[in-house]
Amino acid sequence: MDKFIVTSSPHLHKKESVRRIMWTVNMSLLPAAVAGVFIFGAGAAWIMALCILSAIISEAVLQKLTHRKISVLDGSAFLTGLLLAFNLPARVPFWIPIAGSFFAIAIGKQVFGGLGQNIFNPALAGRAFLTASWPKYVTTFTAPFSCDATTCATPLTLLKEGPGLDHLSYMDLFLGKKGGCIGEVCILALLIGAAYLFYKKYITWHIPLSYIAATALVIWIFGGKPLFSGDWFFHILSGGLILGAFFMATDYVTSPLTGKGQIIFGAGCGLLTAVLRIWGGSAEGVSYAILMMNAATPVIDRFTANRVYGS
Amino acid sequence: MVKLAEHKSRTEHNAIETARLPDKAYIPLNQHIGKICNKVEVNPGDTVLRGQRLAGSDGNVFAPVHASISGKVAGIQNWFHPLMGKSRAIVIENDGNDTPVPMSLRPQAEINALTPDQIRAIIFEAGIVGMGGASFPTHIKLNPPKPVDTLIINGCECEPYLTGDYRLMVERTKEIILGMKLVAKCLGVKNIYIAVEDNKPEAIKAFEILSGAVPADKQSGADTQYSVRTLKSLYPQGGEKQLIKNVLGKEIPRGRLPFDTGVVVQNVATFFAVYEAVYKMKPLYERVVTVTGSCLSNPQNLLVRIGTPIKQLVEFCGPLKNPPAKIIFGGPMMGIAKSSDLVPVIKSTTGIVLFTKEETGIKEEEFCIRCGACVKECPAGLMPCLINTASEKGFWAHAKANGCLDCIECGICSYVCPANRRIVQSIRRAKMEAMKL
Repeated sequence: MDKFIVTSSPHLHKKESVRRIMWTVNMSLLPAAVAGVFIFGAGAAWIMALCILSAIISEAVLQKLTHRKISVLDGSAFLTGLLLAFNLPARVPFWIPIAGSFFAIAIGKQVFGGLGQNIFNPALAGRAFLTASWPKYVTTFTAPFSCDATTCATPLTLLKEGPGLDHLSYMDLFLGKKGGCIGEVCILALLIGAAYLFYKKYITWHIPLSYIAATALVIWIFGGKPLFSGDWFFHILSGGLILGAFFMATDYVTSPLTGKGQIIFGAGCGLLTAVLRIWGGSAEGVSYAILMMNAATPVIDRFTANRVYGS
Repeated sequence: MVKLAEHKSRTEHNAIETARLPDKAYIPLNQHIGKICNKVEVNPGDTVLRGQRLAGSDGNVFAPVHASISGKVAGIQNWFHPLMGKSRAIVIENDGNDTPVPMSLRPQAEINALTPDQIRAIIFEAGIVGMGGASFPTHIKLNPPKPVDTLIINGCECEPYLTGDYRLMVERTKEIILGMKLVAKCLGVKNIYIAVEDNKPEAIKAFEILSGAVPADKQSGADTQYSVRTLKSLYPQGGEKQLIKNVLGKEIPRGRLPFDTGVVVQNVATFFAVYEAVYKMKPLYERVVTVTGSCLSNPQNLLVRIGTPIKQLVEFCGPLKNPPAKIIFGGPMMGIAKSSDLVPVIKSTTGIVLFTKEETGIKEEEFCIRCGACVKECPAGLMPCLINTASEKGFWAHAKANGCLDCIECGICSYVCPANRRIVQSIRRAKMEAMKL
């Protein structure tokens, strides 16, 4: 008698999956990855491959050990590895990506219960771990288009340590002819990837726009010698702001649910980034700004809940 | 609100056809919200006529049930029910004659002289309930405890696949308007809106043509005017609360009913049933049901006698191109899947949708990645993913604080979820538990 399938409604489902979202985001990072290899040479490709591979292997091993379903092909470990590589210089010892990826997956993600359960962006957690443990390796940057591994300070470091930016034009900053991490230098490539994510409706304007606007505003006010003279445009094009605003702060798991909450989240990230860049100990502030706001996400969610119909 | 693939093209241009009469009709004793019809007025072996009253109740909230075919009462037994597992039902064996109880056209003068109370009494005796799916007894809905000023005719039919209301609006426009006038008289309302989604241009046109004719139409006596509101084809546009918001621009306060804001909403099919009851003295023993699905070679909008097992309707719309794997009573978003094809059509059955194995597409549930799709689309303004996690952990108070009781169970959250989470299902559970708190 019971010959037909019985399930609870609804009986239709939108053709969408976690796997598709994750691989689409990975795809959107492709232009920046190619640009990274183009600018810093094959070393960058090795770092990316190492990060991705060790992230996937770490996830598989941990899921096996904790008797959970092995879901390494859903693209999320791949994404964590890739984003971590984007946040590393092109020439680091081989064990740096391995240690970073393992920390990102193990402590950043799996200890909380895996995908969707983590508080902090795993890739940024990995980067913070590396920065705290081996600061020398992860802040020694390769100069662009140099075959002999010349080191080079990032524009933000140059700015922090004194004048000396005359050789850099805005166009250089935009195209990536500067020192920095693999994935953050070519703004053009990052914006192409971001445009793809907007087109696919996987990210909205709320976080990126409020993030960049808040950074620019605070930099403009406090970033220069007299007030209201900071070079906000330089700051937008330098460091990891574009990578962070479009690809890291927008991480679904660690950002607020509502548009209202996302604007607060983005503005908070922007404020913290500017504060760290102007007054902080290091030149860059994007990773710690996002990590701090990740911690604030549950609170933001609580105070920015949707308005219930009829209330 | 979301735009869904409509799948209406299979049946939307098919005129309403009359289904073959069932060999046996199974008339469930509860086809309404309220008390089951516990006072059965016939005995096994009795001969009954089409339209004969079979059972009533000693309660206050109920609608009587009627025989949908003529024949012999074979028994009163537990039988499949579209909304419940099984329930008491009167079984009638068809004698093939389809002999009706005396029914005649009510003279126009008599109709014009009917008082609101008399109209409600006719509606009650005809056993009319809300036919959009909610099945609340209509005579009670038309007697609100406080005065109302607005009536909305719900012609949205926002569920995919279903086209029965649409055909009714196109083919029986005038009858719906006559029913509307009777209901308006009952309620004493001034403002009448007919709300139709913009994917039904023919229905909109039909109503607009008639709306110009209404003031000149002195026959019916009532001097009511209505305006047609075209709404976007979005799901769940036809949900009562969403409809009121989108037609009138106001919301029903939480925990209140539409009449609290002076509004009554009724489905188009209900108006047609009111028309038939008053003008033709015909009880509610048949209704339009869309029988559709890719596996049917001949999907149709059928006029079906209440109590017809759907197996017979599927045969009528056959032959089958592929074996169906799932049978849904109602639309695919809010309808109920049944394990058996012996389940009968009842007063609130809007459609039967058949899915093949491929269309069923049951996917494994994954972890919530907090993408916020459900939050963005929830028409009730809830955060479904948070209620979902609270419900799974058994945190009922937390689920309640997140507004689970305001959920209208439209199913959008589960529909959009990339992690295939059974969000509505878990919210239903949370609702049951939260009500006990």
